[in-house]
Amino acid sequence: MSNAVPVQLSAKDFKSDQEVRWCPGCGDYAILAAMQTFLPELGIPRERTVFVSGIGCSSRFPYYLNTYGMHSIHGRAPAIATGLSVSRPDLTVWVVTGDGDALSIGGNHLIHALRRNVNLKILLFNNKIYGLTKGQYSPTSELGKITKSTPGGSSDAPFNPISLALGAEASFVARTIDSDRKHLQSVLRQAAEHQGSAFVEIYQNCNIFNDGAFEVLKDPETRDAYLIRLEHGQPITLGNDGSHVVTHPAGSFGLAVREKADVDPAEVLVHDAHAEDPAYAFALSRLAGPDLRHTPVGVFRSVRRPSYDELVRNQLDAAKAKAGEPEADLAALLNSGDTWTIL
Amino acid sequence: MAEHREGTGPAGQLSEPGHPAKEIHQLDRVVIRFAGDSGDGMQLTGDRFTSETAQLGNDISTLPNFPAEIRAPAGTLPGVSSFQVAFADYDILTPGDAPNVLVAMNPAALKANLADLPKGGTIIVNTDEFTKRNLQKVGYDGNPLEDGSLAGWDVHKVGLTSMTVGALADHTISKKDAERAKNMCALGLLSWLYSRPHASTMAFLERKFAARPELVAANKAAFEAGWSFGETTESFAVRYEVPPAQMAPGNYRNITGNTALALGLVAAGVRAQLPVVLGAYPITPASDILHELSKHKKFGVTTVQAEDEIAAVGVALGASYGGALGITSTSGPGVALKSETISLAVALELPLVVVDVQRAGPSTGLPTKTEQADLSMALHGRHGEAPVAVVAAQSPVDCFHAAIEACRIALTYRTPVILLSDGYVANGSEPWLLPEISDLPDLRVEFASGPNGEDGKFYPYLRDPQTLARPWAVPGTPGLEHRIGGLEKADKTGDISYDPANHDFMVRTRAARIEAIDVPDVVVEDPSGEAKVLVLGWGSTYGPIGAAARALRQRGVNIAQAHLRHLNPLPKNLGEVLAAYDKVVLPEMNLGQLAQVLRARFLVDIVSYNQVRGLPFTSTQLETMLEEVIKNV
Repeated sequence: MSNAVPVQLSAKDFKSDQEVRWCPGCGDYAILAAMQTFLPELGIPRERTVFVSGIGCSSRFPYYLNTYGMHSIHGRAPAIATGLSVSRPDLTVWVVTGDGDALSIGGNHLIHALRRNVNLKILLFNNKIYGLTKGQYSPTSELGKITKSTPGGSSDAPFNPISLALGAEASFVARTIDSDRKHLQSVLRQAAEHQGSAFVEIYQNCNIFNDGAFEVLKDPETRDAYLIRLEHGQPITLGNDGSHVVTHPAGSFGLAVREKADVDPAEVLVHDAHAEDPAYAFALSRLAGPDLRHTPVGVFRSVRRPSYDELVRNQLDAAKAKAGEPEADLAALLNSGDTWTIL
Repeated sequence: MAEHREGTGPAGQLSEPGHPAKEIHQLDRVVIRFAGDSGDGMQLTGDRFTSETAQLGNDISTLPNFPAEIRAPAGTLPGVSSFQVAFADYDILTPGDAPNVLVAMNPAALKANLADLPKGGTIIVNTDEFTKRNLQKVGYDGNPLEDGSLAGWDVHKVGLTSMTVGALADHTISKKDAERAKNMCALGLLSWLYSRPHASTMAFLERKFAARPELVAANKAAFEAGWSFGETTESFAVRYEVPPAQMAPGNYRNITGNTALALGLVAAGVRAQLPVVLGAYPITPASDILHELSKHKKFGVTTVQAEDEIAAVGVALGASYGGALGITSTSGPGVALKSETISLAVALELPLVVVDVQRAGPSTGLPTKTEQADLSMALHGRHGEAPVAVVAAQSPVDCFHAAIEACRIALTYRTPVILLSDGYVANGSEPWLLPEISDLPDLRVEFASGPNGEDGKFYPYLRDPQTLARPWAVPGTPGLEHRIGGLEKADKTGDISYDPANHDFMVRTRAARIEAIDVPDVVVEDPSGEAKVLVLGWGSTYGPIGAAARALRQRGVNIAQAHLRHLNPLPKNLGEVLAAYDKVVLPEMNLGQLAQVLRARFLVDIVSYNQVRGLPFTSTQLETMLEEVIKNV
């Protein structure tokens, strides 16, 4: 293997020699393939790319990419990735996680990584089920979900991951779908370009334990009525002919979907991913009901604020600018304070 | 107070001009305990007295003792905070079993500490606080200053608050600020009584209150009022001197264990030429390590105050993966939370230093009190066969060297190391003969830079035959892209493996690589060469055990002493050492955690001596116990 950085990488360069061991038909395959074909276009050498994951089906992801990677422990990937990212600004660090990993056991690390705006690209594969432990309900499963652990239906309300990320002060929040490679890659591209935490929820089908959870968003028969594609600077519409639009009714905190014919064109909401006030993105995140009708995909919010890495680095650099030879500085440090000499 | 012997009489004139000179007596050792309400500034007062004393060249040992509550209700027993300082003209190992002098700033401080003060000892009380209300608060029916109950002690009644307020009458400060300066008045009086130089305190006050010159002046005036009171009052007929100790030549500073430990971590980073990344979550009594390290960015030290203990160790491990010296500092409850990540580090075979400043448990226990009860957790407290190296610090200064040793093992052997300190050494202080940087170990490491296999491929789990360490191949190194994780790995390749034979091999290899760590032999001290009893210790019991052994030898009783720094792996000669004595006694501030390990490992019938009172052993108690064992051999 040559040490020289290849000028042009291909998807093949990012495939590891490990046999992929997800269930046949799993949505993870599509995401992996999309990632492998997308990574070369970033032009980042393989050795500068690191994938850190937790535990769960999605967290096997790093094994299948020929970059640096760590398959860590349940829920802790954002914390481990924070230590790596903050000390190695030369690396591009991706976190791959799932709905159980990120939102249940690792909820605390996720919200704090987002709050700090650590320079991480966090991909949350949401299949609304625990797959690796064979089918228990997850923190994104719908209320009343019947699973092995909830034969009478689950009694707890789910998280809305986009709302949660926005509440945690995330500077980049997006949603995409495993089966739509073009959209997925477009979102990944924007996430990769973002400075700070980029949070991407990927609707991912678990064909074994929760098959078809997102089918209404994929089926050509239904998707136009269910899916809203967000494009910055474009009016927010849905329906194959744009028959419906999104508006902000006066006197309401939330947004509404209305028939285009009933709406003054000036009232149609134009998507602004850079809006400073997160209330707008939050309202968008609440548009979809439990039946997934009116589910926005795309970039909800993308704003620039200093990353944790930058702020930490600035303080380090400022201090280092005043540093001398380390051993001499160390001697001076040890000899500081109230000292005395015995002759 | 066997060591509190008076000298031969007056020794020179140290009094200020204008006052009649008082008689000066020489002492070889004094133990003073400053006690007051949490808000009275006793820690600061003790700290300043210690600094003055250090300047004089005495050997020193200090022991702060404070409640977990920041400000318990004023004037109550739970709110009492104290600071004990021992100083002597010879080298001392402990802050003293009991004080000779108690400074009590209020009735609560008197009541909480009187039992520790032997009859005949000196009490200096702030009479202004002995009001009916304050006396009632702590359950005194009468006033102990008037009812004769202190007859056995040498009591000096001083109106410290009123004297301070009076002395500051001309100062333009609030009454509250004036009253607050009473601790400086007490310090002035004690500084006079023990002939301490006061220049360093004056300089300190100028630094501390630089932004408020009126407080500099007020606190200086309060200090001088206390000093002058000593000069003029008839209450104190004599003052004392403790001559300098014979100490090795060199530069010294007084240092607490937590500060020494933090500086040891900085030094390890410098000597390894690696950035240091500390992940930490605030916890008593370890937070000072985070505070100290956060000041040293110049050395490439990054501190991340994480969202929880688990994240803190995750940050450290992530940084180690990236090629930094990853460290996390905490106390017992935090180690419990970090356990799963430490196991991951065992599987990943990456350097990681986990500092456990032990406190009394279980659960929240006694957060500000000391204990050695995390040893079992350090040795065994993980899922699966997950051995790690364990190192313990024996004194405040030793925290510096133990920290460097922990980093050496972590970096050389690519393993997690648990460094055990405790509340006693963490908060206690002693003079530190500052080391030469070039005398510190060279901790430089080599990162993997290319393929290591004979076939020209890179094998992340191909080991160094000597250390059994795997290559440290950090992200960013071209050609060495590889994946690691918590799943069992195949030998050499590091690929996921469910092969039974491979798992058996890897478990045994992880155990063998900890056993392979090179640790120095344990050294036995027995000047007689004829001792039949060995007293063994680890960690912070070094001081009281050492003082007890010395006292026994001074009386002609033979005893051998050995102290363990490495708890895992144990020194190679330990079995031989244990077998060489008729009896081995092991005092521990737990219920026999190391004793259990050594009995199992070496089949030696160790006499386990235990105490879990949140306080260190006294040397007297150990002396008595050891003598009993020796008699019965």
